[in-house]
Amino acid sequence: MNSETQPGSANLNTQADVAHEGTTQLPQVQEPRNPGTALDLDWVSSVQINTSAIERRAKTLPGRRSVKKEYQAAWLLKAISLIDLTTLSGDDTKGRVRRLCAKARQPLSAEIVKRLGVEPITTGAVCVYHEMIETAVKALKGSGIPVAAVSTGFPAGLSPFHLRVAEIEESVKAGAAEIDIVISRRHVLTGNWQALYDEMRTFRQACGNAHVKAILATGELGTLRNVVRASLVCMMAGADFIKTSTGKESVNATLPVSLVMIRAIRDYFDRTGFRVGYKPAGGISKAKDAVTYLTLIKDELGTRWLQPDLFRFGASSLLGDIERQLEHFATGRYSAAHRHAIG
Amino acid sequence: MSIQDIFESMDYGPAPEAAGEALAWLVDRGDTFGHFINGSWTAPGKGFESRNPATGETLAMLSQASADDVDAAVSAARKAQRKWTRLSGHERARYLYAIARLVQKYSRLFAVLETLDNGKPIRESRDIDIPLVARHFYYHAGMAQLMEAELPDAEPLGVCGQIIPWNFPLLMLSWKIAPAIAMGNTVVLKPAEYTSLTALLFAEICQEAGLPKGVVNVVTGDGAVGEMIVNHPDIDKIAFTGSTSVGRKIREATAGSGKALTLELGGKSPYIVFDDADIDSAIEGLVDAIWFNQGQVCCAGSRLLVQEGIADRFYAKLKTRMDGLRIGDPLDKCIDIGAIVDPIQLETITRLVDEHGGEGEVYHANSALPETGCFYRPTLITGLHTSAWLMQEEIFGPVLVGTTFRTPKEAVELANNTRYGLAATVWTENINLALDIAPKLAAGVVWVNATNLFDAAAGFGGVRESGFGREGGWEGLTAYTRPKTKTKTLAPISPFAEGKDLAPSDGLDRTAKLFIGGKQARPDGGYMQAIWTRQGGLLGHVGIANRKDVRNAVEAAHKASGWGKTTGHLRAQILYYIAENLSARAKEFADRIDAMTGKRSGNKEVEASISRLFTYAAWADKYDGQVHGVPIRGVALAMHEPVGVIGALCADETPLLGLISAMAPAMAMGNTSVLVASQPFPLASTDFYQVLETSDVPDGVVSILTGDHVELSKTLSDHLDVDAVWSFSSTDLSADIEKRSAGNLKRTWVNNGQARDWFSTDGEGREFLRQATDVKNVWIPYGE
Repeated sequence: MNSETQPGSANLNTQADVAHEGTTQLPQVQEPRNPGTALDLDWVSSVQINTSAIERRAKTLPGRRSVKKEYQAAWLLKAISLIDLTTLSGDDTKGRVRRLCAKARQPLSAEIVKRLGVEPITTGAVCVYHEMIETAVKALKGSGIPVAAVSTGFPAGLSPFHLRVAEIEESVKAGAAEIDIVISRRHVLTGNWQALYDEMRTFRQACGNAHVKAILATGELGTLRNVVRASLVCMMAGADFIKTSTGKESVNATLPVSLVMIRAIRDYFDRTGFRVGYKPAGGISKAKDAVTYLTLIKDELGTRWLQPDLFRFGASSLLGDIERQLEHFATGRYSAAHRHAIG
Repeated sequence: MSIQDIFESMDYGPAPEAAGEALAWLVDRGDTFGHFINGSWTAPGKGFESRNPATGETLAMLSQASADDVDAAVSAARKAQRKWTRLSGHERARYLYAIARLVQKYSRLFAVLETLDNGKPIRESRDIDIPLVARHFYYHAGMAQLMEAELPDAEPLGVCGQIIPWNFPLLMLSWKIAPAIAMGNTVVLKPAEYTSLTALLFAEICQEAGLPKGVVNVVTGDGAVGEMIVNHPDIDKIAFTGSTSVGRKIREATAGSGKALTLELGGKSPYIVFDDADIDSAIEGLVDAIWFNQGQVCCAGSRLLVQEGIADRFYAKLKTRMDGLRIGDPLDKCIDIGAIVDPIQLETITRLVDEHGGEGEVYHANSALPETGCFYRPTLITGLHTSAWLMQEEIFGPVLVGTTFRTPKEAVELANNTRYGLAATVWTENINLALDIAPKLAAGVVWVNATNLFDAAAGFGGVRESGFGREGGWEGLTAYTRPKTKTKTLAPISPFAEGKDLAPSDGLDRTAKLFIGGKQARPDGGYMQAIWTRQGGLLGHVGIANRKDVRNAVEAAHKASGWGKTTGHLRAQILYYIAENLSARAKEFADRIDAMTGKRSGNKEVEASISRLFTYAAWADKYDGQVHGVPIRGVALAMHEPVGVIGALCADETPLLGLISAMAPAMAMGNTSVLVASQPFPLASTDFYQVLETSDVPDGVVSILTGDHVELSKTLSDHLDVDAVWSFSSTDLSADIEKRSAGNLKRTWVNNGQARDWFSTDGEGREFLRQATDVKNVWIPYGE
């Protein structure tokens, strides 16, 4: 069980601890949870982001960092361990979710694992809609893999507020160890930071011991400055993770957006001492892209953030590409998709 | 390490780029090279080793060019030039295009070879240097194509001697060769002795492109070969990129030779961070500013000026970023900092920091260093004051020095507190501040919220002791062309001999003073000189100015520097007003000119002078800069700025028109000037004081001295606070002026003893405007 060890966090811990398998199986984190801070509007309004410079950094990064051979293999394995293996479709069924969970337990064929000479790994989590939590929790029993649920009227977040809060509570009750909430984009677009802060605070409280990831829907926030301001406000309000997108916006995770969000995380850590996690979601489907993201995290935030308690990929098709790359590394032959179990 | 171990540690591992192809290229050529002269290779001669600075291994043996080799190269270039310039622009464009394509085709080989030879990270040679080289040839293929239509009055200079440095070996080659051959010149190029290999590979692709023999010649060797090129009598133009000390020697060596010269020299470029900047991006910018190419960059943002209120936080973040920089094998695709080019450079950097770093606080990045090879850790020295040695001198290594400022005004003062003026970087999210600061910085290039952006379409080059001339853009073409004019020798013009009648011809004593800072001032020396008519009649006296009068006039000119910030419209009005007032006294001036020269051209000269004033009044608000189409989301504004204080020795033969032909373009473009009147016929200039006094010309914008051209030109050319000296004197002062100008590397424009027809269009126009302006390229990326 994660305990909130920081002073000031107690007021958030109003939910009775709900014992359920999910939370007990969270990757064992040493980090105290981010308890949040008071809303610091001076900080929010002082944000300066130079878009061209951010884009330049993002664009040149893949040329500055390269991992090869056994390093590449290790980094790709790490990437798998950081995936929130996700299905968020209207046609999800129990059978579909069970298949996904089986894949999360064994994302890589035993043969490849053996050839690489590594311990078996699992994905970071499985991410589903509320209705599928129970199925997923059951399917993952004993695996240590937490179930994450998208919530609060995902993806638009425009259902009645009390229902959004209730949805969180239901999902936690159903066994979700992680709740991916969506923020009200309108609060960002109208500069209503207090409303955003209050909303996030309430969501965080509703999560209790479940970890909360704040989905900013960065593709709908208009500017990078808004992305950073929203990131800061959500962290101040106690988000454990900040996450780019629902995967349903027309633009999802990008390197420039990731860069400004993780720099916000870095500043937040510098000021408060609390590490907040980061989850880019949507649009990351290639092994090479995953490695670029990991180098970005390593160089800007530090290696500590390359663990599942502080970083996740929200992705559905990324795993398949990584499997092919790893088989190529293991055998020297280019692989084929049909050689790997679908999730 | 096992995969499991790496999985836990998440370290970066080695990611080497293969060197096999490049090494094979060397082996195929026997690891030895001769010179590339007249389209073929000479037999390798006595020479020197080219080494890989990352490992110390010898890559190849290169030949040291002899005087005969240089002669052969120059004569091949001379011979080739006659045909090359007669090709159509389109034909030359086809060759440049072919070269561009071949650079792209061999880009990986070029990149690896460059990194092996120079020690720069493969990322930089692969992603920056070589693509910019190809871009430069593409761009100038276009310039060749357009030359006839767009530059109908320009012709090539002839044979160009080009001497390039080791920090961007192939890139500097392209900056030199592409514009030169595009405009119909031929070249003899000497790469730096540390880094000649890519120039030799380039010579091969010239063969592959079918470039006519002799258009491009490459000779290798050390500074002695450079000297042979500089001093070669059959070379028309020297283009040099390198240190200020060598540039100064070249200026002195070429003085009076008639060779055109452009110099791109050292710098200590400021990197200004205001408190409203995107700090993380500004820090990342520093990585590209001072830790690009190991800091061995002439325009490196090596002098950090950060607003005091954010300094502590900025330094702390910067140190963290520095610790993340990876130093090592330049061929590794995952390193940030490669090898210093040579052990000698490493020793210099180490010594400078050891000797002078103690004036501030030295922080070395906490990065692992390879055990062997020439490597130096990224270093930050803070708490330095402007008086510190390291704040003033170029280190040319990965060493950043820093201090703080309080206000925008102080930032500008600190930024400009240097002998150099190559580049500057400004970080602020306030567009008003950025666009206010950029024009105030003494620099040829200003980057706003970015740094070290380069492109063939934007001119690059400096002011002050960072040199003169621009490379790239339309402005860069003037370095390889000259106006088509027929010149003839200008005979010295002597004053008329002393007459017998010591009383003034009209019975009234007239003793003109000097005109300094808007006031008529007695000459400091207290001596006068009589001016006689052809027939020996006394016309009057003028003062004999001395060095102190020059000093006073230059001081007055600097006090009037606000003139450069006035609007073109205002300057136009004042120039028109001068013309109007001159016109009102036209007959008096015409008579005076006739009396002095003993000719009857006075009337024509006054009319031409009035017209000339109109010409520059017209130009004052029309000599627009450009917005260059650089390949970023943003603009590069090529702004025309006044040169500063211009000293001019005015034409002797046309006493009024000569004065106005120098004064008016200088004024129109916002310069202040110290004009030395026609020596034999000075009275039209002294009469002109009253015209200036009645025409709303602010004090100090124009000062006029009378006296000896030789003496006064010495003081003007020596003066360290004069930005340019022009000479149209009939005494050929060219050699002396150019030689003395080396002191502060001021721009010079001298007549080399050639006459100019002041009554024709040769006496006015764009050439004068170019000489009266510097082009500053301000890069402004944008986007929210």
